[in-house]
Amino acid sequence: MIAPARESALSGFFRQEGARAGVIAVVSTVVFFGGAALAVVNSPNWPRVRDQFFSGEDFVEAWPDVVGGFWLNVQLFFWAMLLIPVVAMLVAVMRSLRGPAFAPIRLLSVVFTDVFRGVPLILLILLLGFGVPALQIAGLPRGATFWGLVALTLSYSAYTAEIYRSGIDAVPESQRSSARSLGLTQMQALRFAILPQAVRNVVPALMNTVVSLQKDVALISVLGVRDATREAQIITSRTFNYTPFLAATVLFLLVSIPLTRYVDWFTARDRRLRSQAQV
Amino acid sequence: MAEHAAAAAPKLELVDVVKRYGDRTVLDGMTLSIDEHEVVCLIGPSGCGKSTLLRCVDLLDPIDAGAIRLDGQAITRPGVDTNAVRRRIGIVFQSFNLFPHMSVLDNVTLGARRAQRRDRVDAEAQARELLDRFGLGDKIDEFPNRISGGQNQRAAIVRALMSDPEILLLDEVTSALDPELVGEVLGVIRELADRGLTMVLATHEMGFARDVAHRVCFLHEGRVLESAPPQELFGSPRHERTQQFLQRVTEAGRL
Ligand SMILES: Nc1ncnc2c1ncn2[C@@H]1O[C@H](COP(=O)(O)OP(=O)(O)O)[C@@H](O)[C@H]1O
Ligand SMILES: [Mg+2]
Repeated sequence: MIAPARESALSGFFRQEGARAGVIAVVSTVVFFGGAALAVVNSPNWPRVRDQFFSGEDFVEAWPDVVGGFWLNVQLFFWAMLLIPVVAMLVAVMRSLRGPAFAPIRLLSVVFTDVFRGVPLILLILLLGFGVPALQIAGLPRGATFWGLVALTLSYSAYTAEIYRSGIDAVPESQRSSARSLGLTQMQALRFAILPQAVRNVVPALMNTVVSLQKDVALISVLGVRDATREAQIITSRTFNYTPFLAATVLFLLVSIPLTRYVDWFTARDRRLRSQAQV
Repeated sequence: MAEHAAAAAPKLELVDVVKRYGDRTVLDGMTLSIDEHEVVCLIGPSGCGKSTLLRCVDLLDPIDAGAIRLDGQAITRPGVDTNAVRRRIGIVFQSFNLFPHMSVLDNVTLGARRAQRRDRVDAEAQARELLDRFGLGDKIDEFPNRISGGQNQRAAIVRALMSDPEILLLDEVTSALDPELVGEVLGVIRELADRGLTMVLATHEMGFARDVAHRVCFLHEGRVLESAPPQELFGSPRHERTQQFLQRVTEAGRL
């Protein structure tokens, strides 16, 4: 009864309801992917594409620089992961405050989410990354990387705040009322009663955001910052061979595939625990 | 002073209370007075404003006009410490009362620990004693989804009692329960009534209202249409509306 929820996508993929079913799954997989590979390799332009995108020599040569650039992506990802939950939570809490006195704070939160969700991330990165340093305001950092990080944080915080808010809205009204009736202040009610439930409600959604953030850190390259994508581009423009992009792709996949598997596994486990909890 | 005030003013008093949601006027000049130690049941069709009344009394919803007084003091004036008032009034809802991410004990002591800033050990001692008294002594470390609905509601009542409220408001606390669990919750309420706790109950349990209430109020169009001791109100309702309502309830087999 709970079996479907227990399986992660992969184990479900080769789910065996018996040895025969297992054999069929393996054979059909081999036939499908083998057929697809044959079709690609036998296409008329394959030899050229192979040299342009799959050159082992170019791959090895580009690898150190691209890995060096990727380190910047990893750092960006790390800092964004620290900043986004905090900023997003602040915005979500501001929006869920009740009472006329908090109207300006709620409005601020609405404007924040509308603006930063409404602007394409790549534009936001360009605007802040080139725009703010050009203003030459004393005391403000000038680094493109810094402003790229700010852009990423603002955009993702706007999305994440909305995720938090949907979690907050999903908590029954009588939970908030119960908390307030105990004499807790609005902030205490949120902190002790509402937010722990709200966050738990949206963990799967939050984790999907993490996967998408991990890829979007590559957008920083539009600022000319030497991340993995940019390094690959630099080499490509010198050698006219596109294999360095493959190297960057492999690096991102090395992080995102395990991350995605983990999210799937975690989501399935979360669903299972929740369904068990219903007595 | 307390005795004098009690003699002079009712425990709880609603005077011409108006409450609107948008253009819908839910409480329309509601006037109601409840004495200390009195148990009052609010009855009336679904949507007549029973929950709204209770929420307004606990200051969970602001009223639009009129006044609510506790011991003769207006609690709906601006500048009143709402959190302090709420600690003097306990409320339990129909469902989703306990916080699902906390054990029964943490649920029950949350208000004491965070709102009253009482010592945890001290709060837990009081909580254990109360939980014991209401038959939940072996459930203190359980989480709400591991205990029955009746146990949930009893724990919610205990939680509301932790601040020694002067009034307990109960909003259809048995409506969401399986029939076999209703009795244990009503038992707790009966015990509190016997101890003289002032209570206001919104209820569909007419039999229980007849049993435990000192007075039953029938709400209609945002006011108390009829208010009388249970034998009188159930036996010989004066208003046609009350008769019709009781007629329907009887047909549904709830009286
Ligand atoms: N938060 C709210 N916003 C808008 N309308 C509400 C709200 N709460 C209650 N109402 C309306 O007020 C009326 C009275 O509701 P309620 O007090 O819950 O009635 P009862 O408890 O007697 O069934 C209903 O028509 C309901 O739709
Ligand atoms: Mg109601």
